[in-house]
Amino acid sequence: MPSKAAFFDVDGTLVKTNVVHVYAYYAMNRGSVLGMAGRTLSTALSIPLFGAMDTLDRKTFNEFFYRYYAGLSEDRLITIAEDMFEDVLRPALFAQSQDLIDQARRSGCKVVLVTGALDFTMRPLARHLGADDMIANKMQFVGGKATGKVIPPIIEGANKANAIRAYCTKEGLTLDKCHGYSDSASDYAMLAVVGRPTAVNPDLRLRSIARAYNWPILDLK
Amino acid sequence: MRPFKTLQKLYDEESQVVITEKGSPPRALFYGEGFLQEDLPVGTRVIFPRPPMAGVPNVKAAIRWAINHPEGMDPLHALLKPGMRLTCVIDDISVPLPPMVTPDVRQSILEVVLELAADSGVDDVHLVIANALHRRMTEAEMRRMVGQKIYDAYYPDRYYNHDAEDPDGIVALERTAHGEEVSVNRRVAESDLIIYVNVNFVPMNGGHKSMGTGVSNYKSLRHHHNPKTIRESDSYMEPKSSALYRSNERIGRNIDKHLKVFHIETTLNNRMFGAPTDFLAKKEEDYTEADRLKFQAMRYTLSKLPRAAARKVLNAIPAPYDVTGVYAGATEPTHAKTLETSWKQYVVPVEGQSDIVIFPIPFVSPYSVNSILNPLLVQVMGLGYFFNLNRGVPLVKKGGVLILLHPAYDEFDPEHHPSYIEFFHRLLPETRDSMKLEHKYEKEFAENPSYVHLYRKNNAYHGVHPFYMWYWGENGRQHVGKVIVAGAENNHVPALMGWDRTDTLTEAIEEARGFMGRSATISLLRIAPTVMVDVK
Repeated sequence: MPSKAAFFDVDGTLVKTNVVHVYAYYAMNRGSVLGMAGRTLSTALSIPLFGAMDTLDRKTFNEFFYRYYAGLSEDRLITIAEDMFEDVLRPALFAQSQDLIDQARRSGCKVVLVTGALDFTMRPLARHLGADDMIANKMQFVGGKATGKVIPPIIEGANKANAIRAYCTKEGLTLDKCHGYSDSASDYAMLAVVGRPTAVNPDLRLRSIARAYNWPILDLK
Repeated sequence: MRPFKTLQKLYDEESQVVITEKGSPPRALFYGEGFLQEDLPVGTRVIFPRPPMAGVPNVKAAIRWAINHPEGMDPLHALLKPGMRLTCVIDDISVPLPPMVTPDVRQSILEVVLELAADSGVDDVHLVIANALHRRMTEAEMRRMVGQKIYDAYYPDRYYNHDAEDPDGIVALERTAHGEEVSVNRRVAESDLIIYVNVNFVPMNGGHKSMGTGVSNYKSLRHHHNPKTIRESDSYMEPKSSALYRSNERIGRNIDKHLKVFHIETTLNNRMFGAPTDFLAKKEEDYTEADRLKFQAMRYTLSKLPRAAARKVLNAIPAPYDVTGVYAGATEPTHAKTLETSWKQYVVPVEGQSDIVIFPIPFVSPYSVNSILNPLLVQVMGLGYFFNLNRGVPLVKKGGVLILLHPAYDEFDPEHHPSYIEFFHRLLPETRDSMKLEHKYEKEFAENPSYVHLYRKNNAYHGVHPFYMWYWGENGRQHVGKVIVAGAENNHVPALMGWDRTDTLTEAIEEARGFMGRSATISLLRIAPTVMVDVK
């Protein structure tokens, strides 16, 4: 039984995309052809806004855009997730992501993805990478239809750290021995809570934090 | 009257040792990326390197002669068969120091060997750099080492760094009688013939260490890269006094039993400094007025440059070494010849140990080529390499004082030495005990996925390397009573290392005399170029 885990953020860390791409894919694949055209247009117009919002406040952004899932059936969402993995995520995977995950496993770590995306969107990726587990947001479903609300707490920022801590307690892992990987300063809490944090393809703020705290910096290609 | 031969020998032996008198000139001493000019107390014994030996007149001819007249093996041309799988394993950039002017001797060897292989119908040829757990060499460094032509023909598919962490790239051979695991690079293990291309910079290199360490992995290296083996080694440079050497020998003999290895070993002379800086190899007594001016100009310029710029300037000066010997064939007889030439160049006999020994630490080490001499590397230079530049009897007495000259700055290269940073800032504040460090933390660092990734995909030393650097200083640490770093620019680096600090060399000598007594004897080893002592 592993006593430690490696927690990987996904967007920007293991794949080149971020959550906005996932949203865009869903928005464009929601319904009829006519509807799709209209949505594509409105999506195209709203993406820069979402992008800006994402940079400013991930929590508000998540809450805001998950409302767009309201009314979609669970089956439909899962089917789209499979397509999205093939069309968006798999091509965007860094070639070295798999090596890093394999190495974490060889060193005796349980591999856990930690992401602000919805769990069903990330499941095919987790399967592909061979992750053991996933900490992700969960959509609320009523009668098989999405309500557009995410079951709180929303996994982002400090909540990622809380979720990791809770996961370690539940699984009997030693937090101090665990590794954390992320690309964004918004995940500072997640990195700070584990004993072995690493910045991966870090943004400017995280790069300077990593330098200040002597965390290793990886540039995945 | 003594016969002339004896007198000549005495003169040769003693000419490298100068006892400081009243009126002796001040010494030009390395101090990291700069220089100090220091007057030493009267009676201080200054040990200078030997002058460079004459090089072989024609390097390629020497290589051809060696591979045609090998020790204990058939000539190389007789071992080459059409269609065979051949792998040339090459020493990495950690030797020589500084890197030599081009063409590097490894290029000269490969030019001869690859041509011979092609003529013999051998097409399946790979060139593997024996970097063990050292950092991968960069493309530019790889090109410089073998020359443009070989680089273009072989890089990247057939000319690459050994990867000790490739899960499919390592083959385990049978263990030694002492239970040591023996692992080698898969391509090497599956070759019909291996040619090891060596540059023997100090006697610690070459021989069984070449294969036993160079293309191995952590599982195998941990059997001798550990504090216990280091404590049992009286010197790293004298095979008879080295438990490290004996372990490598056991592993190497196992390798020789399973694989066919043809060694080509080369020795270099001491010509570390070319035309603009050649005065550094002289005794200050022999300086001309021009030498003095050049030294002052260089010292002033380096002191005014930002440290990174000074480092860049110094790293850009290659050394015009001459090749003094080329030997080829089976591991042991070949290496015996190499050692003989190596001793001839480096060893200076001296009478007795000293209570206080001064080591000026230069900017370069085997692990900081094109990088930074961080505090752990300063430690390994002083207590690891320089302390061991002898044949089993250290220059400093048991319980004596070592004085290191270095600014001891807190600077690390995050690209080359990422795990050093964690070792220094997280582990050393907890303990300096090698046994405890090995037991509690070594495996964690060795297996840290981030460090493994940086070793495999970037140009970082393996996660476990800072431990090896710390262990390397172990017999020095066990032997000396005190280490003082003179000219350290901060308090915390010496404090973490367990060293005293002073602002100047004079203060360091005063403190050392306070520790050892007023009549304490003092020696200064004027490295570089490389010098070793034979303490009688």
